[in-house]
Amino acid sequence: MVVSNISPVLSAQALVKSFGQVEALRSVDFDVYPGEVVALMGDNGAGKSTLVKVLAGVHRPDGGSIRVAGREVSFASPVEARDAGIETVYQDLSLADTLDPAANLFLGREIRRRGFLGVLGVLDNKAMRRQAAETFESLNVTVTSVHGEVGNMSGGQRQGIAVSRAVTWARYVLFMDEPTAALGVRQTRNVLDLIRRVRDRGVSVVLISHSVPEVMDVADRVEVLRLGRRVGRFAVAESSAEEIVGAIIGANDEVAS
Amino acid sequence: METLRDWLARPTATMLVILVGLVAVFSALEPEAFPTMVNLRGTLADAAILLVLAVGATFVIITAGVDLSVGSVLVFSSVLGAKVMDRLGNAGAGAIVGGLIVSVAAGGAWGLVNGALVAKAKVPPFVVTLGTLGAAYGLSLVISGGLDVRSVPKGLVEFGNGRVLGIPNIALIAGTIALVAGAVLALTVFGRWTYAIGSNEESARRAGIAVDRQFIGVYVLAGSMAGLGGFLSLARFGTTTIAGNTTTNLQVITAVVIGGTSLFGGKGWILGTTIGVFVPIVLTKGFIITGVQPYWQFVAVGVVLILAVLVDQRRRLKAAGR
Repeated sequence: MVVSNISPVLSAQALVKSFGQVEALRSVDFDVYPGEVVALMGDNGAGKSTLVKVLAGVHRPDGGSIRVAGREVSFASPVEARDAGIETVYQDLSLADTLDPAANLFLGREIRRRGFLGVLGVLDNKAMRRQAAETFESLNVTVTSVHGEVGNMSGGQRQGIAVSRAVTWARYVLFMDEPTAALGVRQTRNVLDLIRRVRDRGVSVVLISHSVPEVMDVADRVEVLRLGRRVGRFAVAESSAEEIVGAIIGANDEVAS
Repeated sequence: METLRDWLARPTATMLVILVGLVAVFSALEPEAFPTMVNLRGTLADAAILLVLAVGATFVIITAGVDLSVGSVLVFSSVLGAKVMDRLGNAGAGAIVGGLIVSVAAGGAWGLVNGALVAKAKVPPFVVTLGTLGAAYGLSLVISGGLDVRSVPKGLVEFGNGRVLGIPNIALIAGTIALVAGAVLALTVFGRWTYAIGSNEESARRAGIAVDRQFIGVYVLAGSMAGLGGFLSLARFGTTTIAGNTTTNLQVITAVVIGGTSLFGGKGWILGTTIGVFVPIVLTKGFIITGVQPYWQFVAVGVVLILAVLVDQRRRLKAAGR
């Protein structure tokens, strides 16, 4: 289902990004449609991480344009990308290990008490814990203890907390950089389920992954990058693993161009 | 709320047990001399200034930083405060309030220097505050000519040695500050962000927290507390104490760490710091009263400090083994 009549929620055109002599992105086009899971695949050095970092505001592109919900944007920082409704789950999860799950969920966007106490900066921990618990429940994320330190929790739980935080604030797109790289089989399945639930809430997910089976399992579409260019777009329902692997390693260049 | 068991597992609780144990042992050994109002008042007065400094240091250490300059900043602020009060006639409320404002502002200014260098210039806190330790001490000597300023308003000294309902005034001030700072740390956005930048600076930045401003705010707080400490020490001793604060910074750090605040950042409590301030002081008082050579205090405090950090590391290792 490569969508054509719906306009993309995130659209990048002819993105160029170089680091010194290295051209990481050589005119990449990339589209994300509403409510889909897109897998971004490619060999090491293909430009996946650079593309995501440009779209998430970490790097500024040297050329090209980015549109979010039809509006042209230019992110000076990750904070601006977040304000535009784009969230990122980093590979290191970016959690404050000594704080509890709710504090992490609302990190930098804490809810304050109403009235005078709020003006003084007093936190409304009750409201934050309640909302965090609701989010965890709706995404089926388990946490050992709402009061415990995140640093003491398992890899899967930490992943769940990081995703819950991103989902809480993402309006359009959620980027996930190899979310299952450090996880076991069961935890991986939980994360894939989580990705589907995020999509069902109407937030599109862009997933960097090296695992073809995982991508075939969870993604609606696959975009393949090689040497800083997009070399393939596949609708998962209509494609085979062989075709996708071929595009990644460059076995079928004539198809890609 | 956290359960009682969670709370008892904290290093703070361990130290509270140790503190209560010390008091119990000394009271049993010297029931006539140790558990008395006179001794309690002396203990509270001794603890007051150290507590004010340690409150500020708790914030700094929670950010995984350290402030070695607090003793020198205390001296600098008290010298400047005393000089200003002298200029203002050395008597009356006007002079005293002027001295207070100047002392706290001078401390805050040193904190601003520390914070700006740590946050903006990315110089490690240890190095920055080692530098300002020397600079503030040197400038105090330059301003005072190396001689203690002994002209402190009589009213201020009376206040500094007075008490309300039997409790020393400076202890009341220190207690109030500890309470307010404890609330700020535990209940407000400022406190939350202090923990956040100490826990994971990068993720705090990604989360949109104004990390640099938070660092600067924390060091300004610590500097202001040292400035206030300088003013309170004028009130208590009626003179500056230029030569008397060479180990104040280490005493402060010791108290904070004994109280369960982690040098690795992200964890700490003002209540713990308060307990940590009292442990060395109770040891000293106890040794003096029980006739042990008081020098043993340093040995005992050293042992307690290392034990406190050992316990913290053990807990971290256990946590990391998730």
